[in-house]
Amino acid sequence: MRTLPLLLALLIAAPAAAVIRVDINSGTAQPLPVAVPAFATASAVATEAGTTAALGQQVAGVIAADLASSGLFRPLDPAAFTTTVAPADVTAPQFAAWRTIAAQALITGNVTANPDGGITVGCYAYDVFSAEELARQGFVTTAANWRRAAHKCADLVYSRLTGETGYFDSRIVYVSETGPKTRRIKRLAVMDQDGAGHRFLTNGQTLVLTPRFAPNQQTLTYMSFANNRPRIWVYTIGSGRQEAVGDFPNMSFAPRFSPDGGTLVFSMSQNGTTDIYKLDIASRRLARLTNGPGINTAPSYSPDGSKIVFESDRSGGQQIYTMNADGSGQTRISFGEGRAGTPVWSPRGDLIAFTRLGGGKFRIGVIRPDGGGERLLTNAFQDEGPTWSPNGRVILFFRTAAGRGGKVDLHSVDLSGANERQIKTPLDASDPAWSPLLP
Amino acid sequence: MLHRASTLAIVAVLVGTAACSTKKKVLPPAPPPAVSSTGTTTTAPSSTGSGDTAVATTNLPGSVADFKSTSGSDTVLFGYDSYEVDDTAKAILGKQAEWLARYPNVRVTVEGHTDERGTREYNLALGDRRSSAAKNFLAAQGVDAGRIATISYGKERPVADGTDESAYAQNRRAVTVIVSGAR
Repeated sequence: MRTLPLLLALLIAAPAAAVIRVDINSGTAQPLPVAVPAFATASAVATEAGTTAALGQQVAGVIAADLASSGLFRPLDPAAFTTTVAPADVTAPQFAAWRTIAAQALITGNVTANPDGGITVGCYAYDVFSAEELARQGFVTTAANWRRAAHKCADLVYSRLTGETGYFDSRIVYVSETGPKTRRIKRLAVMDQDGAGHRFLTNGQTLVLTPRFAPNQQTLTYMSFANNRPRIWVYTIGSGRQEAVGDFPNMSFAPRFSPDGGTLVFSMSQNGTTDIYKLDIASRRLARLTNGPGINTAPSYSPDGSKIVFESDRSGGQQIYTMNADGSGQTRISFGEGRAGTPVWSPRGDLIAFTRLGGGKFRIGVIRPDGGGERLLTNAFQDEGPTWSPNGRVILFFRTAAGRGGKVDLHSVDLSGANERQIKTPLDASDPAWSPLLP
Repeated sequence: MLHRASTLAIVAVLVGTAACSTKKKVLPPAPPPAVSSTGTTTTAPSSTGSGDTAVATTNLPGSVADFKSTSGSDTVLFGYDSYEVDDTAKAILGKQAEWLARYPNVRVTVEGHTDERGTREYNLALGDRRSSAAKNFLAAQGVDAGRIATISYGKERPVADGTDESAYAQNRRAVTVIVSGAR
């Protein structure tokens, strides 16, 4: 499935100065109308994932859905299209047909079957009114990997029009939940960020919590109550192999990888005190980073690996602190009413997402690493556990509805606070973690 | 271990499976919510609801059921975000300690639990605080610490699924579970 790398063909053209531009901070107010017609194919050739013609339809559908999900784009209804894209149109579009339906950008391309059984997906973006080409790129991969080619095309369009890197070619790992709250069954599950390719990773026999991707996305770290020994584990996605980390006598939990993948940072509890430790994976050397008092947990590395943000109740209630990766310089950064927990550093390094507790609610907020600029992005009964998209522009979290047996599900919100939407999952869901962009 | 207890005392099975379920993979049905809402002692609820168990039969001395009825409860409750063992809890734990002194081969696990009004990882740590506080009290009453294991479930194993204060109060608890040595 995902095991073959995605090869980029060398068709990248230097873009002309883009006439249309999407303002990533306010683009959700007026999403850009775009047309994403079915991708063309010179002749319909069968592949292991269907004919190239069928793939052309599906690729366009995935791209349109990705762009729409960002809230910044409004793909027009294909029923309104007045033309279809023939192979020759891909490099020389009939702009008049797209102008009449007021599309501002045209995303088009082609799907070609390769001799080795794989496919090449050509991706082209145009400014409809100025008739200028904005971007082009080709993606060579297996036919079974066609979705990733579509996501990479959507990322190309997104980045050309917003000036930011995209986030569509990525995955989400989370905890799938079912059953009554008093007898909840939890399973690790993984899916593409658009919900496709959903797969359960554990069978629900053991309570599992808080999965997080390693930077190479081949493994996850998580917490499990297997054998009634609550501790951290590592799961290899390809093989399904699960391995407990260390042989610590006490409960370990809240694990995360360092950005270089070489260290695991986590909490361990001992006789009522919980501290943060880091484990060098190769040498198995354990270092203690906090030394009481109280509860120190939820550690998260900065993207450059030099700092760790975490929560501590040393001041009397949960608040957010930063420290150097060696444990020095522990500094409180959250203040004001209520408490703050579950901090997560943005991949861009500029912000920390967290859960603000107070006034009977849990709300998702962001704050700068220096503690300034706190903004709350959601306002419901119980929103918690944020995770960042790879480009640091979208925050995914889980929401619990009030009331007996209230549903728990995944929601995302744009950093501007707009475009709050639910991410559909087969069952209830919690503890999401977003992967980096896939290479 | 538990198998002997369940074959020797039919009553113990009904109540004992609820207490010992943490050792099994299948969780028991949820017990009905406790009647008391003032935070005072609640007796361990019967999981099948049959009304004639405690009155008509005598618990086998040294059994799980005997432990619960003698101690008054296998559960002590805590205030919001607190791990303080209050007077009510001390009374219950005191009786648990006395019982454990009479049956020195019994080993227990003290489970720590929280309500859902906290974030996931913090609550795992708070549950550990509660189980440790209860364990430390038992040890101070003379129970050998080596007989007492602890485990935290954070907010993962509530006994009450409402989102009102009465449900939350029932979930903030430490439960003393016999894991071996009972008859």
